Amino acid sequence: MTTSSRPDSYRVRVLTVSELKVETSPALERPPLVSGICFDVCAGETVCIVGESGSGKSVTSLAIMGLLPKGALEVTRGSILIDGEDVLSASETRLRQMRASKMAMVFQEPMTALNPVQRVGRQIEEVLRLHTSLTARHRRNRIMEMLEAVHLPDIERIYRAFPHELSGGQRQRIVIAMALILKPKVLIADEPTTALDVTTQKQILNLIRELQQSQQTAVVFITHDFGVVSEIADRIVVMNRGRVVETGTRDQILARPSEDYTRTLVSSVPSLVPRHRSDPAAHKVLEVVGLGKTYEKPQFFGRARAVAAAKDVNLTVARGEITGIVGESGSGKSTVARCIELLIEPSSGSVMLNGDDLTKVRARDLHSVRRRVQFVFQDPYRSLNPRRTVGDSVMEGLINYGMPRRDAFGQSAESLELVGLDRAVMSRYPHQFSGGQRQRICIARALVMKPELLIADEAVSALDVSVQAQVLTLIDDIRVRTGVSILFITHDLRVAAQICHKILVMRRGEVVEVGDAMTVLANPLHEYTRTLIEAAPGRDWDFQNFRPIHAPSATIN
Amino acid sequence: MTLTQLATSPPATGPDRSVNDPPSPSESFARAQLRRVFRSWPVRMALGALVGLVLIAIFASWLGTSDPTELSPGARLKGVSAAHWLGTDSLGRDVYSRAIFGSRVSLVVGLGAATISIAIGLLIGVISGYSRSADAIIMRFMDGVMAIPGILLAIALVSLVGANLLTVLIAICIPDIPRVVRLARAVVLSVRSEPYVEAATTLGTRFHVMIWRHIVPSTVAPLIVQGTFIFASAILAESVLSFLGAGIPPETPSWGNIMADGRVYFQLQPGLILFPGLLVSMTVLSINLLGDAMRDGLDPRLSGRL
Repeated sequence: MTTSSRPDSYRVRVLTVSELKVETSPALERPPLVSGICFDVCAGETVCIVGESGSGKSVTSLAIMGLLPKGALEVTRGSILIDGEDVLSASETRLRQMRASKMAMVFQEPMTALNPVQRVGRQIEEVLRLHTSLTARHRRNRIMEMLEAVHLPDIERIYRAFPHELSGGQRQRIVIAMALILKPKVLIADEPTTALDVTTQKQILNLIRELQQSQQTAVVFITHDFGVVSEIADRIVVMNRGRVVETGTRDQILARPSEDYTRTLVSSVPSLVPRHRSDPAAHKVLEVVGLGKTYEKPQFFGRARAVAAAKDVNLTVARGEITGIVGESGSGKSTVARCIELLIEPSSGSVMLNGDDLTKVRARDLHSVRRRVQFVFQDPYRSLNPRRTVGDSVMEGLINYGMPRRDAFGQSAESLELVGLDRAVMSRYPHQFSGGQRQRICIARALVMKPELLIADEAVSALDVSVQAQVLTLIDDIRVRTGVSILFITHDLRVAAQICHKILVMRRGEVVEVGDAMTVLANPLHEYTRTLIEAAPGRDWDFQNFRPIHAPSATIN
Repeated sequence: MTLTQLATSPPATGPDRSVNDPPSPSESFARAQLRRVFRSWPVRMALGALVGLVLIAIFASWLGTSDPTELSPGARLKGVSAAHWLGTDSLGRDVYSRAIFGSRVSLVVGLGAATISIAIGLLIGVISGYSRSADAIIMRFMDGVMAIPGILLAIALVSLVGANLLTVLIAICIPDIPRVVRLARAVVLSVRSEPYVEAATTLGTRFHVMIWRHIVPSTVAPLIVQGTFIFASAILAESVLSFLGAGIPPETPSWGNIMADGRVYFQLQPGLILFPGLLVSMTVLSINLLGDAMRDGLDPRLSGRL
């Protein structure tokens, strides 16, 4: 949407937030969660609130909905006007009336936003029963219209379906239908596409925009992803540590950010331009041939049904290079990684690590092979034992292989310094570190083993963009300095483009395309790869150079 | 209450909530939480009562008591006096001395039952959580044990083997073991799928080291809490068994025995039931309070934190 296509109603201010300040209650000796928040949203306009975790964007949205946890957080200053009515001074009854009819919210995780034991049709109907006096037949008609409006297939079946019977995208459509069925003035969408695959994300973004235009809804869109922002925002509010850093139109913020923080944030967005080219003559550290993994699903009657999580996967990782496996959820990329790490036993095929077939290793010799392949997990909050100090965690592997504690301590300290942490952190506990620091600790823990192959399974997916950029730089830096070979698993094509030499695209357990990163991204052969590239948010914006890309093909050439 | 009212109203939180000093640099979450728990007054009082009870049990002989088994047929069912602080029972024994010495039995039974059932339960629970084939057999057997009412099982055991402290202890432990097994097994099942356990596997941590280093420590907090509840229920169970005549031999003073003796003379001498009854209630109440507070403190979801 560009400024020239603004309709007349655009100027009607629907939501005005001024001087908002939220503090913990009782007021503790700590700064307010948010303070001095001012912005407004007009009908038919999309305002994106962008910020990293802990910036206060969700607190702001909960304050607008009047949903701040009672007795824990309270608004101590400012006002929030929706359609001229102050949310902060409204009674509990009035707030209930306003929710759904004047303001509605879409949450990040549609599975938890829906009641798992009620049919979705009934859940949407509840909104109508509470807020309107329509008869059962009229209610049903309204719901069917709405289900059609959110482009759900086979609406009769979906009306009677339970949430678990639907896909993630379909569930989010239901939540959107529920939010918009009473045509609220304001829709707050809190990271509504973060839990979804890229292709589904694109569809949901299109849907929100389409419904917004037909209903003239004012949308507050909360996200951490500048790619998404560049696609849907009219105006942008950048938040950091509870304060508004900068506000402006989309083009102002993305092309001419005035604050340093915004500048860092925007330039951290990974682009689809690949950086590395694979060397075909390099020594192959890892060669996977015909790898397959099938799960037997026991049936109550008859023979067990086999489900293939990975079929005939072939891949190689060259010394000192990074091979990326890209795919959406359920594509089997993690299964492949786990088979290589021998966390699960592959059903067929072989995994050759520097000439040794790991699948042929007997159970008792597994111990000696383990240290040659190391793993960095997705969730930095759960992959460190919260009860053990950082030092104990990093030293664990070395001590397992018989190294004296004193030597292990020294090597671990060096490894921590390699990932940019001070050796003093060894006596501290994981909960005292941020997500990015914890991921550095996990990388140090893997590197101290001096592995021949490092597997990073979605290692940067849980991190904020700016931290993500730092960790990606770190991984690439370590690869150059130590010459370690890396298998990098991600769902984000943009991340893969940043550090991979070779890219493997997987779908439903099968490899659909494999090749040099440059080739795969510039001349994708398979239709699915093309879909993925097209769905990657923010393709028509060059974030590093703060300018739009006019010809979409220029992104990859 | 609206948000603006909330903003002006005074904070309505418990005493432990306002404590907000940051933990020292190298303090684990659990330890910091426990420190918070022990700042609240009810918990401190409960702890004080229990420490007092332990001291009483240890120094029973020096607390102005006489021999609790000494009969004096001349002074039966006497009321409160300077010679007999809580009166005497139907055989002329000093109730105060019996109650003081009775605390030893209660504490030994409570502590013993908690320790034994947790040790055995943890062992079986870890096996059950790790081995799927053993799990099926163990858990069905545990279900079977749980289906029998605890007191009935204890009475049956005591009448089979004969009444002494050890049989009573074992009889009280057996119905508690399945509960510990279930708890330990549940913790093992959830912890073994944690990424940090998987990470330890990739670092070459061997099976028995894994159990000791990563699995068992996670069961400590819930098991301590469960232990306090077993402690309390064991004291109650011992009293009930003694009261029913299926517990500790009647000459040994225990709170249940005193009440059993006093049952017939309740209307003549209410103190015979009242005083030991009060002691049982206070002890069980204190232990349960402590257990509750620890459970809330050790569970981040219940500790009132955001």
